[in-house]
Amino acid sequence: MAKIKYHMLVCGGTGCQASKSEEILKNFQDLINTKGLENEVQVIKTGCFGFCEKGPIVKMMPDNTFYTQVKPEDCAEILEEHIIKGRRVHRLLYQDPETGEYKSDSKHMGFYKKQIRIALRNCGFINPENIDEYIARDGYQALGKVLTELTPEGTIEILKKSGLRGRGGGGFPTGLKWEITRAVKADQKYVVCNADEGDPGAFMDRSVLEGDPHTVLEAMAINGYCTGADKGVIYIRAEYPLAVERLKIAMKQARESGLLGKDILGTGFNFDIEIRYGAGAFVCGEETALIHSMEGLRGEPTVKPPFPSESGFLGKPTNVNNVETYANIPAIILKGADWYASIGTEKSKGTKVFALAGKINNVGLIEVPMGITLREIIFEIGGGIKNDRKFKAVQTGGPSGGMLTEKDLDTPIDYDNLIAAGSMMGSGGMIVMDEDDCMVAMAKFYLEFTVEESCGKCSPCRIGNKRLFEMLEKVTQGHAVMEDLDKLRNLSHVIKDTSLCGLGQTSPNPVLSSMANFYHEYLEHVGDKKCRAGSCKSLMQYIIIPENCIGCTLCARNCPVDAISGERKQVHLIDQEKCIKCGACMEKCKFNAIFIK
Amino acid sequence: MEKIKSLADLKKMQETLRAKIDLREKSNNPDSRIQVKVAMATCGIASGAKEVMEVFIDEFTKRNIDAVVTQTGCMGYCYAEPTVEITKPGNEPITFGYVDVKKAIRIIDKYVLNNELVDGIIPVNYETIENK
Repeated sequence: MAKIKYHMLVCGGTGCQASKSEEILKNFQDLINTKGLENEVQVIKTGCFGFCEKGPIVKMMPDNTFYTQVKPEDCAEILEEHIIKGRRVHRLLYQDPETGEYKSDSKHMGFYKKQIRIALRNCGFINPENIDEYIARDGYQALGKVLTELTPEGTIEILKKSGLRGRGGGGFPTGLKWEITRAVKADQKYVVCNADEGDPGAFMDRSVLEGDPHTVLEAMAINGYCTGADKGVIYIRAEYPLAVERLKIAMKQARESGLLGKDILGTGFNFDIEIRYGAGAFVCGEETALIHSMEGLRGEPTVKPPFPSESGFLGKPTNVNNVETYANIPAIILKGADWYASIGTEKSKGTKVFALAGKINNVGLIEVPMGITLREIIFEIGGGIKNDRKFKAVQTGGPSGGMLTEKDLDTPIDYDNLIAAGSMMGSGGMIVMDEDDCMVAMAKFYLEFTVEESCGKCSPCRIGNKRLFEMLEKVTQGHAVMEDLDKLRNLSHVIKDTSLCGLGQTSPNPVLSSMANFYHEYLEHVGDKKCRAGSCKSLMQYIIIPENCIGCTLCARNCPVDAISGERKQVHLIDQEKCIKCGACMEKCKFNAIFIK
Repeated sequence: MEKIKSLADLKKMQETLRAKIDLREKSNNPDSRIQVKVAMATCGIASGAKEVMEVFIDEFTKRNIDAVVTQTGCMGYCYAEPTVEITKPGNEPITFGYVDVKKAIRIIDKYVLNNELVDGIIPVNYETIENK
């Protein structure tokens, strides 16, 4: 019998599936069958590789060739050239944007060079729908070790020593959280996995669940053993259908193998998990709101204390951790607290997954050690700003975070430094902005999101954010006066100080941080009625320069709202009342006769 | 699916399952392993490179030798096919010509395991862009 000589890893994450990776998988399988190579080549559907910018990704093993932007019609060529003739398909290799060099091995790409993959260790490597591959990669060994060799206290001690902090945003020490839940006496306790990832642009939890669901199940069982819970609940948004499907497959396989259920690994420990769906409300990422939603109530937060560790799901002690936090735990148990604590900074240990989005060349998912600088992330891993524009700011921490600018580029990133710089870690979304982005408009964008997502329970958040949004709208439309800026700042502080939960307490952050860093842009909008980025349309005017206009009528014919008038061979004129500032005229004009004022 | 009843069972199961993803694990870090490249262009395949490649894979698995076997295109030594290039960690690559099944086993016995050379080595008579 012939031996398997090739493994072809095809990305099956949501991003690559959207670019037809399912079809690619099917094509490969069909071609392999027609050519009778079933016993030599194995096609494996994996989780996300992270390099979504260049998806769909196909990785060839054992020679580590990394094909990017593969189309279903490329499959025949890859099979013919790579597998049969042993030659790489050059045009599908990654090309270094700076040197123009083709790179076949992902390890030599700027995007992967600085990454350390712990939470994402199996993503893009194993088939998430096959428990065997997880077991082959030390899967469930951490659970076995904890159940047979360690006490709950001993395990919690390892976590405390490792320095792992909550990856959902708060950064609360995980070991300490478990210890508190363990100390509470009750007949029933619960372990919850918070998979309600809501930050715009963040998708690390989805990728972990899609690429390596078993690691979350294993860590939840460990959590159950340590805190004294025999039931786990995963709260996941229904908008993540692929993650839900893979979780269900994983749970079924784990049950069939006896790794979930009664008497796990013959130790007498019982633990099982169920899934609860969220409807995709941002506020449900907050522990108390999440628990209410799980109970079937409205997803509204309540005042803490009591903390969920005392009275949580159905009034019982509940330990809530985020997906990425869980994904780190099996690795920490197996490799030891000292290993984990050797990575990172003094107060923030280990790695953090970030989702790069916005005006950056390499959009994707990365896992980097704490203490890395923004400059390394944006310019080395992220490949710099799109279209060679100038870097302006990066928003970390989603709508609850703040903007970091040029001056923060060399600050080592960890929980405390980000807070000191006026932002926060959050769940790890990073939205990069360039000189074409207006900071007032960005603040407005985030506020629009919080206004939409506010649950309405407390008035500072429900009414205050709406008023903030209206004031920002006034600024971007050029109707604001100087006093409005003071009002904006004061109201922001009031909302921060008086809101009930984390959503309201952080929602004015984008406003405050953009005011702190880009106050001159606010002043320009109010004083000069000008938007330097050219993105606030109400403050722009398209003007025809009479000297350059030859009256070709091209602009008038292309104007969608008929705002341009003028006879043939006569200078044309734009009616500012009618103009919707779409820019079609300027794009069409061949004589540079139109400019933006 | 059978239930896993103890940690020992789980570990035993892992041992068997590991072989399935071994190829991926190894290629994650090729520089620290013995790399065997079998020239598999038309000339190589016609002279039996496929069988040779299988022998290498089989023997390595049988003897538990940590090595990566890959195929490459024509190396240009069509007169000496099948040709095989072997790189041991820290050593220069060595190319063997006229490798048939028997010789493949000899190469493993002598060179791979004991660092003894086998006749039929093709001397390096070219330069690559990298070492210019």
